[in-house]
Amino acid sequence: MLRRQFLATAAGSLAMPLIACSRKTESGVPPGMLHDSGLELGHRLRDRRPFPPATEERRIDTLIVGAGIGGLSAGWWLQRKGYADFRIVELADRPGGNARYVDRSENPVSAHPLGAHYLPLPTREARYVRELLADLDALAGDPQAARPVYDERRLCHAPQERLYRDGFWQEGLLPQFGLPRAERAEITRFLEAMEAFRTARDAEGRRAFALPADLSSPDPRWRNLDRISMADWLRDEGFRSPALHWYVDYACRDDFGTTLADTSAWAGIHYFACRNGEAANAASDSVLTAPEGNGWIVRALAERLAAQLATGSTVIDVRPGRPHEVQVWLAAEARTVRYRCRHLVWAAPLFLLPHLASDLPAPLVAATRAASYAPWLVANLTLAEPPHGGAGAPLAWDNVPYGSTGLGYVVATHQNLRLADGPTVLTWYHALAHQPPAAARQTLLGTSRERWAASILGELGRLHRNLPAATRRIDVFRHGHAMIRPTPGALWHGPRQAALTALPPGFHLAHADASGLSLFEEANYRGVMAAERILRT
Amino acid sequence: MQEYPSPPADAETLGPRERASPLQVALLASVFIVAACGLAYELIAGALASYLLGDSVTQFSTIIGTYLFAMGIGSWLAKYIGRDLVGRFVQIEIAVGLLGGFAATGLFLAFAGNFGPFRVLLYGIVLLIGILVGLEIPLVMRILKREVEFRELVSRVLSFDYLGALAVSLLFPLVLAPHLGLVRTGLLFGLANTLIALWALRLFRDQLRRRRGLHLAAWSGIAVLCAGLAGAGHVTTLAEGWLYADDVIHAENSPYQRIVVTRWRDDIRLFLNQNLQFSSRDEYRYHEALVHPGMTMGPAPKHVLVLGGGDGLAVREILKYPQVESVTLVDLDPAMTRLFSAAPLLRKLNGDALAHPKVRVINADAARWLEDGEQSFDFVIVDFPDPSNHAIGKLYSTGFYRLLDKRLRPQARFVVQATSPYYARESFWTVVATLEASGFQTAPYHALVPSFGEWGYILAARALPPLPERIEVPTHFITPETLPDLFRFPADMARVPAEPNRMNEQTLVRTFEREWRHVQR
Repeated sequence: MLRRQFLATAAGSLAMPLIACSRKTESGVPPGMLHDSGLELGHRLRDRRPFPPATEERRIDTLIVGAGIGGLSAGWWLQRKGYADFRIVELADRPGGNARYVDRSENPVSAHPLGAHYLPLPTREARYVRELLADLDALAGDPQAARPVYDERRLCHAPQERLYRDGFWQEGLLPQFGLPRAERAEITRFLEAMEAFRTARDAEGRRAFALPADLSSPDPRWRNLDRISMADWLRDEGFRSPALHWYVDYACRDDFGTTLADTSAWAGIHYFACRNGEAANAASDSVLTAPEGNGWIVRALAERLAAQLATGSTVIDVRPGRPHEVQVWLAAEARTVRYRCRHLVWAAPLFLLPHLASDLPAPLVAATRAASYAPWLVANLTLAEPPHGGAGAPLAWDNVPYGSTGLGYVVATHQNLRLADGPTVLTWYHALAHQPPAAARQTLLGTSRERWAASILGELGRLHRNLPAATRRIDVFRHGHAMIRPTPGALWHGPRQAALTALPPGFHLAHADASGLSLFEEANYRGVMAAERILRT
Repeated sequence: MQEYPSPPADAETLGPRERASPLQVALLASVFIVAACGLAYELIAGALASYLLGDSVTQFSTIIGTYLFAMGIGSWLAKYIGRDLVGRFVQIEIAVGLLGGFAATGLFLAFAGNFGPFRVLLYGIVLLIGILVGLEIPLVMRILKREVEFRELVSRVLSFDYLGALAVSLLFPLVLAPHLGLVRTGLLFGLANTLIALWALRLFRDQLRRRRGLHLAAWSGIAVLCAGLAGAGHVTTLAEGWLYADDVIHAENSPYQRIVVTRWRDDIRLFLNQNLQFSSRDEYRYHEALVHPGMTMGPAPKHVLVLGGGDGLAVREILKYPQVESVTLVDLDPAMTRLFSAAPLLRKLNGDALAHPKVRVINADAARWLEDGEQSFDFVIVDFPDPSNHAIGKLYSTGFYRLLDKRLRPQARFVVQATSPYYARESFWTVVATLEASGFQTAPYHALVPSFGEWGYILAARALPPLPERIEVPTHFITPETLPDLFRFPADMARVPAEPNRMNEQTLVRTFEREWRHVQR
């Protein structure tokens, strides 16, 4: 039987004249919403504008502030160990922090993330991430096995990634085609160097670059890499290939929100060297994902912790002591309650602390002041049909244009089992890494949704001719302080470590900021560690 | 003449010493058009070849190579044109206009109608057009040489040559190919070439002998090309008619596919996106093999599910078993199930199966329907299209079979159409490995369906019952005695090692594409 499928294309779309797009978009851009991560409340707190005095006092053993992955992980671990006397308060209207999401009830086309969209296969050291995945039925068998079996529905379906370069989509994100021999050789040498770092261990057997980062070797031959930038390290090692520089810069912006020049070399290398997770049923570079990004984990944890979790609850004042006194503004009830608690788990960004708390130890204040944050923009485009066009590899889960200031887009419906080409949602990511954080925040807040939308449509319209006409909505989410920046020196040579050892009694940090890296594994580790300390007392 | 873009500010660039004469301007404008047409034919041939033959990088490289080589021949041949330059130029323009203009139409029809070796025809036409285009520029230069100094001449002619090429290289992918299609674009550029011939005739009316003949040729060329433009829409219909060889008795575009039904005497055929789905002469072989082994092994199924198979032919076979209480047919395309419930000829073919009271027709995406529903079944027929892309490939994965498993009753089994174990041997055995990795016992088998070739099926269940000793319902192909033969694979279709197809890897799509590429010409 002769199958001339290609003729179908010719007869269907070429020989017959195509009717020009009949439906014109209106003068502006498609409609949509401009959201943010509690901007107004945050500024009210920063400016110390008054809230009404507390009308009620509540006593609880443990109060967890923040329902991001850190706070949810702390609650999950406490609940798992049979401890129930805790409450989680969250400023936003929904849990999740950087992993928050929109579900099908809000966007009927598809659930989609408002932040992080994947979790790499957990490393050998990320024991609690593995426990969590096993608990959520995404990992079968022994969670600590060298090569566990992951749920195929959660593993990113093929094709996972593609890169648009020189008018051609190529598979994977590492530039390959059309590179001079010297550049290809450099990329190979770079990958070999990263492989050496991946397997490097110190005399005590600790990995040079572990995830959680706390478990890495303190040996100065590696830790001192934190003193220089990733750009310096590449230059010192003789890496000059523009394609390689783009690739490493892309990785730094994607994971840290910082450019090569602003990223500590320790952090930059850590990105490539820490991942040693493997699977029995997937390649080691596979990732776990869902239409709502990491939101599937948030949903599952929030369901389990429904009795303890209160959203729309903003901490407005913290007084460490015995007990701690914490005032919480309940937006829906427009009143303030005062919590008295033995344990306080701070699972919110560190930079908020000095605005809310008095009598903090000096090292902690120093650490919060030293922390700098990268702002992010996440736009969700709801499309009537998938993006078409472009020679080369077909539409993948993650689609990245080479040389863009953005980070490309992820297809929310990628994990669906559907024959029909239906509507979809693309999540477009942009770390505002090319300006200093304060200026970048000005840009982020000073730019209207319409202008962001127009610029995104401009960029994606060049990649996909049908995209501008197919776009029905563009919802823009602004994260003013999305990620703590691992700038040179910040991880191992700043005030961070001293702050961790100088916390008031019963005061625990359970945010990824405590690690200096805005990663799921770090948040989960900090959350479980805080819970463990509470359980031990 | 104003319709052609005149070179911007040409008078200034030429300098005060020699202002361009109207004749020069006209000739340079014609260089622009001629160059534009030349590149357009090259792009059309390249695009057509990549759409028809696939592998666009190869097609474009070889077409461009051939074309440049042919232009070289043309330039070399130009020196043998001694006298009557303008007359020759006009002839060449008319010839290029007709040949280039109809190239896409001709090649398209030739491919559909299967006239002779397509590649020979393709490169032959590209070579001819290339030679003629190669003649154009040297001739224009020699005509202009009488008017302009050599150094100026070369730079000016080449500038317009490249400008024309630039214009088309931008217009072609952005405007022409998507909005007009290749056939019309070709004809339009052909028309431009013949208009240049006409224009040249007017400009050089004083120098030309034999004007009447050339005029006649040019006007006939224009007429033929205009007729071509008017009838371009019919070319598709005509090509489709030849492609199917038989009379098209139904054709429609649903949101999901192009459905075409053809008939020649008593042979009715269904094509979806040009792929043959069945021929009424031998479909009983395909459908009996698909349905009866699974229906008759083990306890008699009461509730049967068919995924795909909107033509109702598998349902017809299932309904032969009186103990069946319900048949649920899930097919994505309402146009398919509507057609096979409405058209008398097709209803006769499926025994009006879709209207049977036991049958429930659901138009839904199969996997979504499985995810969302609850009902479970004794026997499931999985009759999806071949795994030719990633979306379909997921329906042949361990993840999909685990999803299906949730809808199986105790002692249930299912059968999967799994492409040809002869043409796509590794693909077939990949599906077997996938079912095994999903925790099922499998019984792969095959049947010869003349219009398809050797076709492959896989029965699967948590525990497979033995093959039936009797088949109670009337059949034309399957008999209890010959049934065991279907489960034996000759050496050229025997099992080959294959990895299971997982959604996160999708090895099957690659394997399938590689294997079918060898089969296609």
